Amino acid sequence: MTATLRVPPSACPACAAAPAAEALAARALPDARIALSLPTIHCAACISKIENALNAHPQVRSARVNLTLRRASIDAAPEVTAAEICALVEGLGYEAHELDAGTLSATATDRAGRDLLMRLAVAGFASMNVMLLSVSVWSGAEAATRDLFHWISAAITLPAIAFSGVPFFRNAWAALRQRRLNMDVPIVLAIALAVVTSLWETSLSGEHAYFDAAIALTFFLLAGRYLDHRTRAIARSAAEELTALEVPRATRLRDGHEEVVGVADLAVGDLILVRPGGRMPVDGEIVEGTSEIDRSLLTGETLPVFAGAGQAVSAGEVNLTGPLTIRATAVGAETSLHRMADLVAIAESGRSRYTSLADSAARLYAPGVHILSGLSFLGWYLYTWDVRTALNIAAAVLIITCPCALGLAVPAVTTAASGRLFRRGMLIKHETALERLAQVDTVVFDKTGTLTTGAPRLTNLDALPRAAVAVALALSEGSSHPLAQAITRAARERGIAAAEVADVTEVPGYGIRGRLGGEELRLGRASWVGAEAGPETATWLRIGAAAPLAFTFADAPRPGAEDAVAGLLARGRRVILMSGDTAPAVAALAERLGIAEWLAEALPADKAARVAALTGDGARVLMVGDGLNDTAALAAAHVSISPASALDAARVASDIVLLGNDLAPIAAACETAQSATRRIRENFRIATVYNIVAVPLAVAGLCSPLIAALAMSASSITVSLNALRLR
Amino acid sequence: MNVLVYLIPISLILGGLGLAFFVYTVRSNQYDDPEGDARRILSDDWDDHPRP
Repeated sequence: MTATLRVPPSACPACAAAPAAEALAARALPDARIALSLPTIHCAACISKIENALNAHPQVRSARVNLTLRRASIDAAPEVTAAEICALVEGLGYEAHELDAGTLSATATDRAGRDLLMRLAVAGFASMNVMLLSVSVWSGAEAATRDLFHWISAAITLPAIAFSGVPFFRNAWAALRQRRLNMDVPIVLAIALAVVTSLWETSLSGEHAYFDAAIALTFFLLAGRYLDHRTRAIARSAAEELTALEVPRATRLRDGHEEVVGVADLAVGDLILVRPGGRMPVDGEIVEGTSEIDRSLLTGETLPVFAGAGQAVSAGEVNLTGPLTIRATAVGAETSLHRMADLVAIAESGRSRYTSLADSAARLYAPGVHILSGLSFLGWYLYTWDVRTALNIAAAVLIITCPCALGLAVPAVTTAASGRLFRRGMLIKHETALERLAQVDTVVFDKTGTLTTGAPRLTNLDALPRAAVAVALALSEGSSHPLAQAITRAARERGIAAAEVADVTEVPGYGIRGRLGGEELRLGRASWVGAEAGPETATWLRIGAAAPLAFTFADAPRPGAEDAVAGLLARGRRVILMSGDTAPAVAALAERLGIAEWLAEALPADKAARVAALTGDGARVLMVGDGLNDTAALAAAHVSISPASALDAARVASDIVLLGNDLAPIAAACETAQSATRRIRENFRIATVYNIVAVPLAVAGLCSPLIAALAMSASSITVSLNALRLR
Repeated sequence: MNVLVYLIPISLILGGLGLAFFVYTVRSNQYDDPEGDARRILSDDWDDHPRP
């Protein structure tokens, strides 16, 4: 069931986008459905305040707040825009972000979870009733009464199993068709054999019927499946919300006027306007305007690049200073952003070779169980020449050895561990990610946007004359360029007042110009100011004819970066820094964080190759990265983590998403993963001990349905309790 | 033991009612927002008249 229902963390963003696009098309109905993320709501008053305000809006048909998901869904007249609703909610004092309803509604209703829950309820109902009937049989019901109870049990059990056992039947069939054995094959065999022999026994007025065991088995195993499913559904819905926060829209220029359209509707040759701060929606060529673009998510370099007419840009780059008009040369799946998916798919095929602990246990276990039960059938048949006795004992052996506790051993632990990590701000997207994280011995970090915030910080404020800083502050105050903002922030923190500068104008792509007295002021790129560009990230200030002054910048490390690196080093992991940025910048950060091994100016393929080489040397690599240039490496690594601020493609390729801004949980997560794996192994051992005690009884023919029920329930409960001990 | 003739059907029917009720709650989306529903009961918006 889990295998068929799992939505794989798609290697191809286009595949994930296709249903979303269909959903968008389906939404072209008269009503607008708007979804908002409301991260700060927390109480009953918040709910009613927001709902009342939204319902009071004349064009809103209905609005409902979901506190568990911290979302609001709104049905409104078509002319209502999300921005309008956002502003309305923000006016009430709550943070509100628009969510792309197409992305959300594609999988919003958790059909699979509901289906499992329904089957679990039926199995629970049936098993309780059958258990009650069985208690009276165990406590001595005889003759006609016992037969009656057995027949009633059969009447409850058969339809209940036929309905609730479907996930197991389907999985076992899928495995058998590929000539493989999985955990579900012995389960289905045990259930089927138990039901058949019990029916036979009952029709002959026999003493032992295993209806209770068969249905209890189904119930416990379904409970494990449901836990497993829920853990992943929670992670998936949170990951989906991250994707939905980036509403894919672009401003298209048609016959001189602007229109806002979905990115999916763009075609090659369209003219698209990208405002400062906006991200390129497609690959294209600049037709008009000059600006600077930030390519750090694609290449890892922190230095903004000059952009002018005729230059090619690719999807995912951020426009910094001036508005740009670009002509689309590739859209949708053709963009360089999406072509990266191929690299990811290749890298991922390597990872799918990982067999989970549960699978490797099943591989050992399933044949053993079948052989054991077959041998006891044969032995007893040769000893008594009675098929009925032999079959009865074979069924008892199968029921006792059935991997009931094994089916719970893994999901119970992963649910507990994922819940714990979720509270620390980590989203476990892949079901075996925890097990793989526990094995990690080498950690590779990306620099820009991962270990650093991606926002520059002024480093040489003390070395600059105060008057120059005052001038620079006056020039940079009005700009949205990240370097200008860094100057403004640093100067204000120091309490420096801006100088009186006249005629401040921003020259997109170059810098800012102004006038002080009779002298011309320029703050901007080295070539424009007339300076020699150095290796560091810097901007230059020239006052009149004086020699230009350099303002140098460094990327500020993310909070918790030092703790994370120190924690990993203290636990004996090898830490490597790999970046597409220039060598001095990488070296400075490596020294600051105490990382001995680093690699600069790495291309995306270099990173993936390096990770593959490390893996080839036997290392288990954890890759932490956020950019497009990390995507292939993320997929190639044994396990991967990306921060929530990462590009969508990077988040899709990674197993774990860090929700907060802080990197510190990474070191602790490795610890949690290790203790979770330890618990899983412990659980396997507990289940084995129960088997070792009960199997000889079953083979000797001493196992009554009572013993089977006791052993099964006791082992399931111990295993679940052991999982809850996880810290 | 004749009482079993009544008792067993009665217990099954009662249990079945519980099951049917649970199925109804699942189908009517009552588990979609457990946290919100727990808080909504504290709100006094619809105390005087039912929600239109």
